[in-house]
Amino acid sequence: MSEGTLYDKVWDRHKVRTLPNGQDQLFVGLHLIHEVTSPQAFGMLRERDLEVARPDLTHATVDHIVPTDDQSRPYADDAAEEMMAELEENVRDAGIEFEHPGTDDQGIVHVIGPEQGITQPGKTIVCGDSHTSTHGAFGALAFGIGTSQIRDVLATQTVAMEKQKVRRIEVTGELGEDVAAKDVILTIIRRLGTDGGVGYVYEYADEAVESLGMEGRMSICNMSIEGGARAGYVNPDETTYEWLRETDEFRDDPERFERMKEYWESIRSDEDAEYDDVVTIDGSAIEPVVTWGTTPGQGIGVTEPVPDPEELPEDKRDTARRAQEHMRVEPGETMEGYDVDVAFLGSCTNARLPDLRAAARIVEGREVHDDVRGLVVPGSQRVKAAAEAEGIDEVFREAGFEWRGAGCSMCLGMNEDQLVGDEACASSSNRNFVGRQGSKDGRTVLMSPKMVAAAAVTGEVTDVRDLPESEVVNA
Amino acid sequence: MSSDGDGEGAAPSVESVTGTGIPVRGNDIDTDQIIPARFMKVVTFEGLGEFAFFDQRYDEDDEPKDHSFNDERFHGANVLIVNANFGCGSSREHAPQALKRWGIDAVVGESFAEIFAGNCLALGIPTVTASPEAIGALQAHVEENPATRIEVDVERETVRYGDTAVDTRVDTAQREALVEGNWDTTTLLGANPDEVKETAASLPYVDG
Repeated sequence: MSEGTLYDKVWDRHKVRTLPNGQDQLFVGLHLIHEVTSPQAFGMLRERDLEVARPDLTHATVDHIVPTDDQSRPYADDAAEEMMAELEENVRDAGIEFEHPGTDDQGIVHVIGPEQGITQPGKTIVCGDSHTSTHGAFGALAFGIGTSQIRDVLATQTVAMEKQKVRRIEVTGELGEDVAAKDVILTIIRRLGTDGGVGYVYEYADEAVESLGMEGRMSICNMSIEGGARAGYVNPDETTYEWLRETDEFRDDPERFERMKEYWESIRSDEDAEYDDVVTIDGSAIEPVVTWGTTPGQGIGVTEPVPDPEELPEDKRDTARRAQEHMRVEPGETMEGYDVDVAFLGSCTNARLPDLRAAARIVEGREVHDDVRGLVVPGSQRVKAAAEAEGIDEVFREAGFEWRGAGCSMCLGMNEDQLVGDEACASSSNRNFVGRQGSKDGRTVLMSPKMVAAAAVTGEVTDVRDLPESEVVNA
Repeated sequence: MSSDGDGEGAAPSVESVTGTGIPVRGNDIDTDQIIPARFMKVVTFEGLGEFAFFDQRYDEDDEPKDHSFNDERFHGANVLIVNANFGCGSSREHAPQALKRWGIDAVVGESFAEIFAGNCLALGIPTVTASPEAIGALQAHVEENPATRIEVDVERETVRYGDTAVDTRVDTAQREALVEGNWDTTTLLGANPDEVKETAASLPYVDG
């Protein structure tokens, strides 16, 4: 068993008691809710005549179903309107703060928590969304839960959990040019498997991780779940504190910031902490990664050939064969030159300001390929406003991208933003599952924001290192 | 805790599940496949059963495809038999809710994604694991003999069918919760509000 890790410390601080079945009851410091997974939980509370225990520790937004073009109410999609209306009623009745599009603070739940500063080191954070692991970038213990557990948290502000093992993943060295956090996490998942993290929490560490800004750390922690780990985290450090100091929570209260910083420092993993497993990955050897298949573990360097299923471990062959048939790729070829119809820059993985800036540097002075539909969906209204203040929206618009409002959009196709037929999409999102982007014949190639930009302008999967970038957009 | 199922929040004990099986083959079957996102634009879980595995079951013209959930021989089955990392991806409880409403009472597989297994437990659905060989044999047997009676014994961690008894593994907490009827956690977690307040008060970031 692990000892002295951030995970152990945060767990112990939040443990209320051990339950009869051996699970622990954990206090929840922040409960984030959205429109898709919460309505049934509120319904269950009503059935049992229970109240929301801690509306002050609950925070709501709307992201999955919101249209990203015309957001006037009622929404054109009746089902989306009904879900929105239900959420509005639930949060109003319970007295829960709600970031809706009219507040200018709305956005993807995993983008707005960090930007407002309510995501903090040493907090337990839950949300009915598997990408809640994102918040671990701040040294929070953050994980996705199901709707019945949302009911538990609404009713009691606690959740029943089993303690897991801790695997430290050390990504050493300096990342190469044009290699992004996304490439790091896709490499980790490829190496450890889509189920390698089951039963584990991942602690990401060492130079290649710690040299990243908060946004890059969020991209990595975000996709912990794609590797099977329900939670992943990075120990908080000066980069974390610098981010938090400037947020709504602390901007006007430096004294409180200093007090909290003591707590944050205290929950960092000890130098001599014990881990259940340690894995080392050479960060300097990572190149831009693209997926060739239909699970996030099916990734390769952009210059590497697609693997032959017959040469994979036996339990991977069948999945690989079916994936290659769906994607229409052949073993032995690289993904370079794979035609794309859509370029999607968005999602809780990669739709923050540095992601948009990086992509804009590639797009600047170029045009979206004639056969490509390009879509930029900022992660939040604040990200959108900040990008517009820098003129990044103009760079994308002039190149032929659509510049949209904030939401989950084409990551999962619950609003109008969907693939059509067998379209292939260069996507900065997190899942390439069959049907994920709204069309069951759609084909998703996961990659970093810069690689999406490169594919958008060339019309095919392209090694971004071959495209010189503009120096006009500030870094 | 009461296991008679009629008290508020009390859950019936699930010591075992008996019935017939239905195989769904393949590793890494994600929750987007189990219930595509477009069917989640609802505010209740009612009626999700008919959409289980929808995109694997129907083509563009809504014509049925070759899938066990379309196969009449498996109608009425309640034990789903799957391979590795079943239920990965999105945390949507809509996935086990759809399976439950289709008629599934237990899932036997090589391995499960954690959030999915937790969501199943919240509905009283056991997720028990066995070796790839044992699962392959059970799938093949059920495909040949769909009427075979299968007993998923949660308490004894065994799956029995025909003359075969398969050693299975049930997560300790899951077994305790199911066998003792403790899987409806809201009641359990609501039993000690004063202790919860104490924990909250000990945290530097919580006011009140």
